[in-house]
Amino acid sequence: MNSWQLWRSVLAKDLRIAARRRSDALNPLMFLLMVVTLFPLGIGPGPDILERIAPGIIWVAALLATLLGLDRLFKDDYNDGSLEQLCLLPEPLAYTLTAKVAAHWLLSGLPLVLLSPLLALLLNLPVDAWWALALSLLLGTPALSALGAIGAALTLQLQRGGSLVSLILLPLFIPLLIFATSAVENAGMGLDVHAQLAILAAISVLTVTLAPLAIAAAVRMSMN
Amino acid sequence: MTKPVTTQRVNTDTPLLHADGVSSIRGGRVLFAQLQFALYSGELWQISGANGAGKSTLLRMLAGLLQPSSGGVFFNGHKLAAYRNEFHQQLLYIGHKAAVKPELSALENVFWQRRLGGDKSAQLNDERDWDVLEQLGLLGLEEELTGRLSAGQQRRVALTRLWSSTAELWILDEPFTALDVDGIALLQQRFKQHLDNGGSIIMTSHQPLGLADLPLQQLTLAPLQQEAMSE
Repeated sequence: MNSWQLWRSVLAKDLRIAARRRSDALNPLMFLLMVVTLFPLGIGPGPDILERIAPGIIWVAALLATLLGLDRLFKDDYNDGSLEQLCLLPEPLAYTLTAKVAAHWLLSGLPLVLLSPLLALLLNLPVDAWWALALSLLLGTPALSALGAIGAALTLQLQRGGSLVSLILLPLFIPLLIFATSAVENAGMGLDVHAQLAILAAISVLTVTLAPLAIAAAVRMSMN
Repeated sequence: MTKPVTTQRVNTDTPLLHADGVSSIRGGRVLFAQLQFALYSGELWQISGANGAGKSTLLRMLAGLLQPSSGGVFFNGHKLAAYRNEFHQQLLYIGHKAAVKPELSALENVFWQRRLGGDKSAQLNDERDWDVLEQLGLLGLEEELTGRLSAGQQRRVALTRLWSSTAELWILDEPFTALDVDGIALLQQRFKQHLDNGGSIIMTSHQPLGLADLPLQQLTLAPLQQEAMSE
């Protein structure tokens, strides 16, 4: 069995388990939708102001929705012993854990991208900015999953690590938020967005390549 | 002091697994210090000791999950850290936590155990898996989500790995937990098979093993009274 098949097995197992507990994947998305619909109610449905703040609202809600599901990323596997079995595979832990991160992205990041037209519609985002929003989510969410996994792995041994994960991670998400919202705003005004999207892509590539080393180190530490 | 029970057996070959002067200090307390341990192919070791004596810690060290506070663990004479890949291909570790997914059925659990164990020919609904499940008395429950099974049945699902794995060295932490009399007998038969095939087993158990015709070796971890000097 080569490493690639093993990687796919880890991913497939996670997806199968997620299919058995759909609420875990759906709840953060429902949360996101709720938050986004609350803003027009709270601020007033003036289209100008909504259009101004839409990119920020959508991205902040996306960050919070990502945090909601992170707690469970490694916790179940840690509690039932599956994580120590992953540590005992011949393949490097940093490699096998990326399969779990990929599963997390497929269940939390990708749905955000797919939902983005609906979110844009709810907040009266100009049509020109829709694709920029979707693209910024597509390029940015892998970094959210990879960074999030570091936080989840670091807090494995804590009984209630949820709030600590948020405190560790939210500052790390700031660069993503800045460049993503700036891309969406620029697109709405008809300006060039290549620079912002390129930086988002660079952040994602960097974190997806380097984060697995930190995740694996944190998971090994939790085996104590 | 920790006193390994010396055995009469004289073997000049390299041991399959040996621990050289390993110590464990946890939370400022010395669990065991300067422990010497050697296991040869075909041997069955039972590690006993009071609760909290460090049995599970020792097993996790031998499995490479924990770094010893001092000393080292060697597989075929090579240090574990440098020989991880080969070691883990030959190792089957079943800890306290059974690594059984409550969201999956017994059949699916067995399938993924095989898959992650490196068997690429593994299929869901494999003929071999049905055989294993039948041996363990899980027929009729194979489609049931394991989360709905009893503790003993879940343990049996975890133990299917002893039938499906090809690993040479088994490290088992309390394998008899939650099993009934039949289950224990079945497991001991399987142990015998494995040892006859040249495999080795290290296990902890509070139960005396009923394997009269097997060379059982024992290591007793006695509590240490002294405090760790400093971290």
